Amino acid sequence: MIDPRISIIDSRLKKVNNIIAVSSGKGGVGKSLVASTLALTLAKRDYKVGLFDLDFTSPSTHLILGIRETWPKEEKGIVPPEVYGLKYMSIIYYSGNKPSPLRGTEISNALVELLAITRWENLDFLVIDMPPGIGDATLDLLRLVKDIKFLIVTTSSRLAFETVKKLAILLKKLEIKIIGVIENMKMDDSDFIKDQIEEFGLSFLGKIPFDNRIEKVIGNVDMLLATVFAKKIRDIAPHLEKL
Amino acid sequence: MHEWALAEAVISTVSQIAEKEGFKQIIEVKIKVGELQQVELEILEYALSQLKTEKLEKTKFTMEKTKAKLKCRVCNHEWFFNRKKLSEKTAEAIHFVPEIVHTYIQCPKCGSPDFDIQEGRGVWLESIKGVK
Repeated sequence: MIDPRISIIDSRLKKVNNIIAVSSGKGGVGKSLVASTLALTLAKRDYKVGLFDLDFTSPSTHLILGIRETWPKEEKGIVPPEVYGLKYMSIIYYSGNKPSPLRGTEISNALVELLAITRWENLDFLVIDMPPGIGDATLDLLRLVKDIKFLIVTTSSRLAFETVKKLAILLKKLEIKIIGVIENMKMDDSDFIKDQIEEFGLSFLGKIPFDNRIEKVIGNVDMLLATVFAKKIRDIAPHLEKL
Repeated sequence: MHEWALAEAVISTVSQIAEKEGFKQIIEVKIKVGELQQVELEILEYALSQLKTEKLEKTKFTMEKTKAKLKCRVCNHEWFFNRKKLSEKTAEAIHFVPEIVHTYIQCPKCGSPDFDIQEGRGVWLESIKGVK
């Protein structure tokens, strides 16, 4: 028995210039906020941008963007709708706000399905909000998506950084491009993470200070883009424009 | 027309296999269509006929529906997916991403959402016959 979906994935992504997986070793480091804000920032700079939430069991980019009552168009597959200038795709269209308890093989299958049926238009960037770690979704993207590039998010925590190192070692071993590492939720002036990242041979893209007002702007894109967090992402965005 | 996207995937795969095996013509393609995805066979058939390439001009596409068999991982109960028990919206969500069944259906015996889709998930190619 042959799964016919695999062979079509390449052609579904052929109009996308850069596929950026925003990833981390651990959850709770602000990956979804970085992915969403980065996608919005690039769109504001007149790039054609898609945002694909691949965290199937805990999707959250729709909450960050405040997306409601939006549905993809059905046209020889699925065409992601445009939301705040982004072509936006998430499993949330199908699961609603209900829990989706999926095991690894089911995550793989759902991911293959969405990659096989989603028709992305011409995009300069497709930003993917990844689930944390080096599990099924990461391995499937590495298997199925050519020329994928990773942007890694960590916090200042040594625990988060240890898991980031594992992700980076895996990607380096597989010769996957790592754009660089962002240190999020920074609460002091320490250069510990920056030094470690550079020692590791990776680009350190910047520090984003902990911003306790972020919680209040969840769901409001205009307010989100006015935060210090968004300003720092704007400083980081040129690294992607050079790709 | 989600079926169209799946038909494109079928044509793409069959074409790749034809290339690899050195087939000049594909005679027959057997497709298994799992009931969980609720694919409309007529639409799939129509899409395949529209997407046919030169090597697939005379191809006979045989389609067989397979029941979607589910098995609970907690209590081992086995049952079949029943579209009729679902609302239109839920059925459509499962049509697009069959794994979403775990969001809407639980084991009828113990209520767990932790079950296996043992058979009948979606579209599979069973066999391809061609001439060299």
